[in-house]
Amino acid sequence: MTTASLAVVAPRRAVQWITPPMLVLFAVMASLPLWITPVGLYDYLAVEVAIWMIYALGFNLLFGYGGLHSFGHGAYFGVGAYAFGLVQLGLAESLWLGLLAALVAGAVAGALVALFVSHRRGIYFALMTIAFGQVFWFVAIKWHGVTGGEDGLLNIPRPAADFGFISFDLANNRSFYLFVLAVLVLVVVLMWRLVNSPFGRVLQAIRQNELRARFVGYEVWRFKWAAFVGSALLAGLAGGLFAMAQESAYPDVMSVHQSGLIVMMTLVGGGLVSFWGPVIGVAVYFVARDLLGAFTETWLLWYGLMFVVIVMFRPEGLAGVFHDLRGQFAAATRHRGVSRSAAE
Amino acid sequence: MALFEAVHIHKRFGQQVVLEDISLDFEEGRVSGIMGPNGAGKTTCFNVLTGRYKPDRGEIRFAGKRIDGLPPQRIARAGLARSFQLINLFDEFTALENIMLALPGVRARRRRLLGSAFGDKAATRRAHEILALVGLEGREREVAGNLSYGDRRATEIGVALAAEPRILFLDEPTSGLGSDGTARLARLIGDLRKLCTIVIIEHDMRFLLGLADRISVIQWGQVIAEGSPAELRRNKWVRRSDLGEIG
Repeated sequence: MTTASLAVVAPRRAVQWITPPMLVLFAVMASLPLWITPVGLYDYLAVEVAIWMIYALGFNLLFGYGGLHSFGHGAYFGVGAYAFGLVQLGLAESLWLGLLAALVAGAVAGALVALFVSHRRGIYFALMTIAFGQVFWFVAIKWHGVTGGEDGLLNIPRPAADFGFISFDLANNRSFYLFVLAVLVLVVVLMWRLVNSPFGRVLQAIRQNELRARFVGYEVWRFKWAAFVGSALLAGLAGGLFAMAQESAYPDVMSVHQSGLIVMMTLVGGGLVSFWGPVIGVAVYFVARDLLGAFTETWLLWYGLMFVVIVMFRPEGLAGVFHDLRGQFAAATRHRGVSRSAAE
Repeated sequence: MALFEAVHIHKRFGQQVVLEDISLDFEEGRVSGIMGPNGAGKTTCFNVLTGRYKPDRGEIRFAGKRIDGLPPQRIARAGLARSFQLINLFDEFTALENIMLALPGVRARRRRLLGSAFGDKAATRRAHEILALVGLEGREREVAGNLSYGDRRATEIGVALAAEPRILFLDEPTSGLGSDGTARLARLIGDLRKLCTIVIIEHDMRFLLGLADRISVIQWGQVIAEGSPAELRRNKWVRRSDLGEIG
């Protein structure tokens, strides 16, 4: 049986733009509006799930693929949300300008922080990301004139998606979900290509053995810096979409608690061993929140316990469990085939 | 002029002087050896020569250019490759992928964000050739972490070769190998000497004396003797040192 690993990708899959698991995800996500209300859930949940999937996929570029454990990523999500809100409230009511500002703001904030942290490793890297995250959170709370302080920016409009020849109103959650889904599809495809590109494979090589990567000629810190920027860029984009969804931007999303959530989702889903880990982790978290939350107010306690159990017994997360089950199924199928041919 | 020269190298860690005024040079096309007893400073010397540590004083020149103080990646790109005493590979990648990542052509495409990393046919062919050269034909698709110790050592040498080095530094290459593995490695190095200049640090005297054209002996952080294997066997300092039986 092969060990689950981000580095192990079938050569045929590694060159594809669209893979079968992607089609499954897209089909499930596209069908959500058809069945989410009948099963007792609501459209806005689908919006949240899709936005956090974008956030988590970007986060895992750094966490899983780069092996760089950021615990302050909420900062870039929040920066993106504020950038979107500030553009809408102070500059122009424009979806494209707002989202561009969100991803640029996330990337610039990430680039500045990465200048300081990308030479660090392990616990020092993690602690510095927390420290910088707290700096952003503190600025968001105290800079009333720009961020609105603890209340944040309120009544951020949701501009229409204007393509020039056609315009889509995003005011209701269902149409907005379809827009976020389109962004998610784009992000999934580009992320798949990125992690299987020369850049992505070098990043994985650095995670596996930084010393060896240096001695075959790769500038390790530049790759770490670029991974941080890419990850912060997607966090900023997700933050911009979140500001649209919530029609507000507030400092809570930058708190350590919120930064910890994305780590938990990624680990529970299996981001350390699978491209799909963050996607699974986000889905599990929101389903747990809404389904468990319907039965008990202490749902987060149960989710936290699940996190502890997974870290203790299956640190590869749910994707690792799926991988093992698939391996066992394949082995059993092979065994049946061998027994049948022996009997014949 | 020597391909690689280190002149008056000093290195200390805190109060401990590890290398004291060491000068070494390695001629192009030769196999050179560095030997010495445990604690003599061999590995530190190797790490200083290959850019892992900066020397406190002295100059290191490779192909006429100073490389002391340069980061390892720049030294590697200048044409110096090395192996490590404790094998250093990308353990989750296959043997083939390990080799491919070190190929200059693949390295040149390192900033591409959307293309395929290992889809280049010419690079794949070259990586297969290198694996065949180091005796790993048929193991291309095996994950490096699952290979046997001897195969991992061969893969590491393959990774170093893939970089198309002008000079190859091997740090205690027989470490952990049995007699069969050592014999296989000796044959491999014999083949490689046609391709590049080789410098070996080794504690296995017989192995080094059988391969090297010229050997420098280090003790107490200094070079105490230099010469061909035959000259060293006659050297009174070498005979009095803690190197044990050298011939």
